[in-house]
Amino acid sequence: MHDLNVDYERQMNAEGFHPSLVKGPVGINTNSLGESDTFGLEPKITARGVNFYYGSKRALNNINISFAQRRVTAIIGPSGCGKSTFIRLLNRMHELVPGARLEGEILLDGLDIVSPACDAAELRKRVGMVFQKPNPFPKTVFENIAYGLEVNGETDKRVIEEKVVDSLKKAALWGEIKDRLRDSALGLSGGQQQRLCIARCLAVSPEVLLFDEPCASLDPISTGKIEELILELKKDYTIIIVTHNMQQAARVSDRTAFFLMGDLIEEGRTDNIFKAPRDRRTEDYITGRFG
Amino acid sequence: MNRRKEKLIKWLFTVTAFASLAFLVGIVLVLFKEALPIFKTVSPKAFLLGQSWYPTAEPPEFGILPLIAASLWVTAGALVICVPLGVGSALYLHELAGDKQRAVLKPVIEILASVPSIIYGFFGMVVMAPFLQEALDLPIGLTAFTTSVILGVMATPTVASIAEDALSYVPRSFREASFAVGADRWQTLTKVIIPAAGSGISTAVILGMSRAIGETMTVLMVAGGSAIIPESMFDPVRPMTAAIAAEMGEAPVGSDHYHALFAIALILFLITFVFNVAAELISRRYRLKLGLSR
Amino acid sequence: MMTSAYVSMTAATVPAAVPPKTAQARARARRGLVQKLGFGALGLCMAANIVFLGAILFFIAAKGLGAINWEFLTQVPRDSMTAGGVAPAILGTFYLTLGAILFSLPLGVACAVYLTEYSPKGWIVNVLRISINNLAGVPSVVFGLFGLTVFVKYMGFGVSIIAGSLTLGILALPVIISASQEALTAVPQSIREASLALGATQWETIRRVVLPAALPGILTGVILSVGRVAGETAPILFTAAAFYVKGYPDSPFSEVMALPYHIYALMTEGTHPEEQTRIAYASSLLLLGLVLSVSMLAIYIRQRQRKTYHA
Repeated sequence: MHDLNVDYERQMNAEGFHPSLVKGPVGINTNSLGESDTFGLEPKITARGVNFYYGSKRALNNINISFAQRRVTAIIGPSGCGKSTFIRLLNRMHELVPGARLEGEILLDGLDIVSPACDAAELRKRVGMVFQKPNPFPKTVFENIAYGLEVNGETDKRVIEEKVVDSLKKAALWGEIKDRLRDSALGLSGGQQQRLCIARCLAVSPEVLLFDEPCASLDPISTGKIEELILELKKDYTIIIVTHNMQQAARVSDRTAFFLMGDLIEEGRTDNIFKAPRDRRTEDYITGRFG
Repeated sequence: MNRRKEKLIKWLFTVTAFASLAFLVGIVLVLFKEALPIFKTVSPKAFLLGQSWYPTAEPPEFGILPLIAASLWVTAGALVICVPLGVGSALYLHELAGDKQRAVLKPVIEILASVPSIIYGFFGMVVMAPFLQEALDLPIGLTAFTTSVILGVMATPTVASIAEDALSYVPRSFREASFAVGADRWQTLTKVIIPAAGSGISTAVILGMSRAIGETMTVLMVAGGSAIIPESMFDPVRPMTAAIAAEMGEAPVGSDHYHALFAIALILFLITFVFNVAAELISRRYRLKLGLSR
Repeated sequence: MMTSAYVSMTAATVPAAVPPKTAQARARARRGLVQKLGFGALGLCMAANIVFLGAILFFIAAKGLGAINWEFLTQVPRDSMTAGGVAPAILGTFYLTLGAILFSLPLGVACAVYLTEYSPKGWIVNVLRISINNLAGVPSVVFGLFGLTVFVKYMGFGVSIIAGSLTLGILALPVIISASQEALTAVPQSIREASLALGATQWETIRRVVLPAALPGILTGVILSVGRVAGETAPILFTAAAFYVKGYPDSPFSEVMALPYHIYALMTEGTHPEEQTRIAYASSLLLLGLVLSVSMLAIYIRQRQRKTYHA
């Protein structure tokens, strides 16, 4: 953790400005007609001029967007619009794909996370991710959650136990599985597995949670539970959720961004986006004319 | 700190990953180094085409044609057995066996493949040879024919399991298309599926051949051991592997005989190498043809 | 299931009692007959495998079973190989196999991890895959010559357990690599991502998530290679094996007796063919039982393990 901060400090000082300078509302989203309202809070994450390529294929064009602290931002758009690609940049999961190339900068608390000076593993502790399909390890429930703590150097068994229980409670799973901590996680239902994956993220105390279509493989009841959970979690975390389900975006998010074919078309308060989209393409998508 | 450790570990894995390449190169180097001195005594042509192998006579003769002929002879005989049986079993497994049958038959083939060659040799010596000698009224049971039979049985599971793999790559849609135009299952099998899996099946045959020609203990025990060019399939023979295994213990280190045995091993290695590379190339082309990666 | 479908299909196309009248019906009947004969032939091919396996097991068990007893398993050979047991050969095979696995397991798993986890550039993978495939196809007697030159002579180990183990280890390497590779590829990419997303490094992910998940598959590879190595004879002919060694092996540098070589030696050397053949039968049955139970174990584990991610 400290490595990362030290690196940032050094980098920032070298460039002659301090993180505090980038605080305050930063209106940089040119696509949203100057709307830059981040609820009066400093943005947690800011992407500036992000272009992204798979080999020679361009997947994202000049993305500029900020994400407010302790708010839920939904990213919507038709399949293949680059929404999943985009949030995978925010904790550098894109580096797992050979031939991927990123231009531009992404700032977490004002510090560039895509610079080589930033360690990906350190970053990912601060920016957790929940995936489309629940992906528990083939280990016990307890081990699944303890894993993140252990790889981050926690050796005190009491602390680990405490945090496991705590994370399960935060993920609203404790009541259901408190007697099954030593059972294999693969035996849980799909919805429980997904909440286990959320608990696993929470255990390492991230600041940002990325959800990549977390309900895509779940039934409506499990989906409802996850959505409730997201609303609960936003008290403590900055949340970004990719979803193809517009009702879901409307239910859980404070702000919504609409992506289309690698472009960020529009971003703003969720109620504005759904009631009075400014761009024709957003309107077409929301009213179901394509996608 | 962490990142340096990660780099070190990756580097460590890279180095160990090249071990198999290193061993292969090592084998080639050793074979060449120990084989080449023989060609100071005998010309490569006389070595390969010479018809007498009397390495311990005075003066010694190092013509390995009888050994090569014996190897080719028993391998060809083995192919006659293992190709139809192996491919037939693969087709049966793929086309006719239900899930329950497969659950029993696949392990049978795998288990047959895992029987050690010494056991095949022993079985050939104490059961098969006396049986064939009696049944065919031969003066001796340990012949090229007996060897071919045993090698054929040994190579059958190899051919069967690789051919079955190849068949499983044939897309379902081929079969459905054939049924849709009114072909029955036998026609679909012979006119669509076998041609589609053809190069995969030839890979199986090549690897079966490679297994047969490189087999040592069985031929050492069953082939009869005489180093003459066989005139009939009921002659005893001495294939290359048997010559190496039987004579290496008696050849003084550094003698012509010793180097000659390494030269035989080199030729054997080159033959199997060509087989393996050919199988590799054919199977890659095959997978590309069916639109499969890797 | 499929067989029954085939039976009903042929039954439908071949009217058994009524002779076909039109040319078309005759052609259809012939088609049905061809299919029946063809499928029958395939069935015979498959049956041949069962007959082979049955014959080998039957003949060896029939004469071997009677000679296997407690003394045979636990005693040293006596009276110039005509009586006593084969305990030193069993122990020798155990040592050789253990040594070979200890050598090839770390190398093989590391190679598989490199190929699947560190995704190097295309040509490296190709070169390595081709060399692994070729190594798997090298005749076993050639491994023996390599071991003789490098381990026995050049490294000066002499004819010994260690020279034989190393030679057998190289032979087992491709088996372990391909089984491990298969096991590692079967681990879903999603749990690697889960681990990395929690801030684990690549090595932590491999060590704590990927390898444990792939363990049953790797184990299968190890067991398969145990079966392979324990039965190999040609590679130890010049590197480790002796017809007779007094007592038990006491150091990695001593010559050993080994079960497969013992069978060969009993049949080709020595002066009492009658008694020796009897012992060879028993030794063969022992080796066969050992190798086959090991491979059945591997097959069993693999079949169970294939279900893990398909629940």
